[in-house]
Amino acid sequence: MTEFLILMKSELMATALIFILLFIKMGGGMKNGLLLQVIQVLLLVNFITGFFFNKEGNLFGNMFHTSALIAFQKNILNLGVYLIALLNADWLKKTDHLPEFFILMLSALLGMFFMVSSGNLLIFYLSLELSSIPVAAMANFDLHKKNAAEGAMKMILSSAFSSGILLFGISLLYGAMGTISFAEIPQHLDSSPLQVTAFIFIFSAFAFKLSIVPFHLWAADVYEGSPVATASFLSVVSKGAAAFIFITILYKVFQPMQELWYNLLVTVSVLTMLLGNLFALRQQNIKRFLAFSSIAQVAFIVLGISSNDHIGITSVVYFVLVYVFSNLSAFGVASVIAEHSGKENIDDYKGLSKTNPFLGWSLTLALFSLAGIPPTAGFFGKLFLLTAAAAKASYWLIIVAALNMVISLYYYLRVVRAIFIDNNEMPIKKIQADRSAELGLVICSVGILLTGIVSWIYDFIQSLH
Amino acid sequence: MTEPGLYHLLFISGALFFAGIYGFFTRRNLVTMLMSVELILNSVNLNFIAFNKYLWPGKMEGLFFTLFIIAIAAAEAAVAIAIIINVYRTHQSIDVEKAEEMKY
Repeated sequence: MTEFLILMKSELMATALIFILLFIKMGGGMKNGLLLQVIQVLLLVNFITGFFFNKEGNLFGNMFHTSALIAFQKNILNLGVYLIALLNADWLKKTDHLPEFFILMLSALLGMFFMVSSGNLLIFYLSLELSSIPVAAMANFDLHKKNAAEGAMKMILSSAFSSGILLFGISLLYGAMGTISFAEIPQHLDSSPLQVTAFIFIFSAFAFKLSIVPFHLWAADVYEGSPVATASFLSVVSKGAAAFIFITILYKVFQPMQELWYNLLVTVSVLTMLLGNLFALRQQNIKRFLAFSSIAQVAFIVLGISSNDHIGITSVVYFVLVYVFSNLSAFGVASVIAEHSGKENIDDYKGLSKTNPFLGWSLTLALFSLAGIPPTAGFFGKLFLLTAAAAKASYWLIIVAALNMVISLYYYLRVVRAIFIDNNEMPIKKIQADRSAELGLVICSVGILLTGIVSWIYDFIQSLH
Repeated sequence: MTEPGLYHLLFISGALFFAGIYGFFTRRNLVTMLMSVELILNSVNLNFIAFNKYLWPGKMEGLFFTLFIIAIAAAEAAVAIAIIINVYRTHQSIDVEKAEEMKY
């Protein structure tokens, strides 16, 4: 019994938080400002407890597997949710249904926890659905907005379609070998055409979830239409969880097919980088811009995954941690500005450094980290990913990736130029952001600077497996 | 007239799957697109049941999987229809061609 409690600690915590919020809602609710502070404290407690009592073990007949590394991955997701609650405080305080928003978000988080520790295709499918259906409802949270409805519609239809494809792949796999357990599948894999077809179907479902080319088109529309809180949850937490389980599926389950998936990963990674970057060049809306930039970032994650060894796992986990800080910081600034001035275009950001130096510098630091400029953590994240990929000795791939980083530098610096250099007669007025949003931005900036320089973080992740 | 075997069932489920995909890409009505997704899910159900009955009669995972898929499909349809109703409220139409505020 105690073992059950300890192994399922993160899931039980998330469930407890959901129930606390439900009871608060049923008991008549609280004022939004107070409730938001309570939620932030609860999420902080959730994040801190994630560091303790982490054991390795299996539950429910190997359906649920956890280890120190998996617990750390879950805690990165916890950190992401906590930062989202801080950074979007201005928007969250005004929304009519604050408890519901967090109930949906925590349900999705619960699904991701189960997904990361799943040991069986059945529980993997169930948790995938639990982590994607609530997000569609979150995307439609601004009920009266036209864009929100359109984005949510695109989200739910494409996620339903992708789960249909995933299920077809799983059913073929079951037909080919009669088992759906992660431990037993590799013993039966012999790369027969039926198994390869099944693998391609499962792979494309992951490509939908991670928004890899050619399944990336829903991402930009959903991000643009939905509230910034949902967009940042989708782009950071949801993608992080999908990347973690993608590693497990490829390294553990489909290990015997590694030559097939290595070529597949390399191809989609190069395509994703190119298309993500080229589309990001011409965006005006900041949320859409960040959507395409995060598509390009995922391409680097995929490149790191292709290395197929321990360095690959470490560098991907490390990169997701860095990505949580940098991308959430960028989305956080966009959220504050959109909430106070209603402006979402990059042109509106001209002259931001004069009126709002704090926001301007936070966004600049986040964009430098996303672009991978040295003192920031983003540089080290990309360096480790490329080092992992270079282990396979495909140097042309590294050259393509480096060239893509140059392209991405252009559009990230375009925003920085708008903030610092361009003149604007009507700059955004001085914004008094919420205290917790400022705290969140400070945490993110410190994270961006320290994660790169403090080397024991990488060593710590390395020591976990 | 022979008794229907595994290949007949797989043929039907394959046809259902690709009919679903075809419908999803060609139909312009949101409810019909949702129905196409349900076709895909039902073809998967048929696949699982057929494999379970003919190939792996001792391993019941296929049957359980089908039960879960039916339940989840209902949950997914509920959320999707709620969103479609909201699309109708904001756009006065459930035609995907009308929902085209955001492009490229």
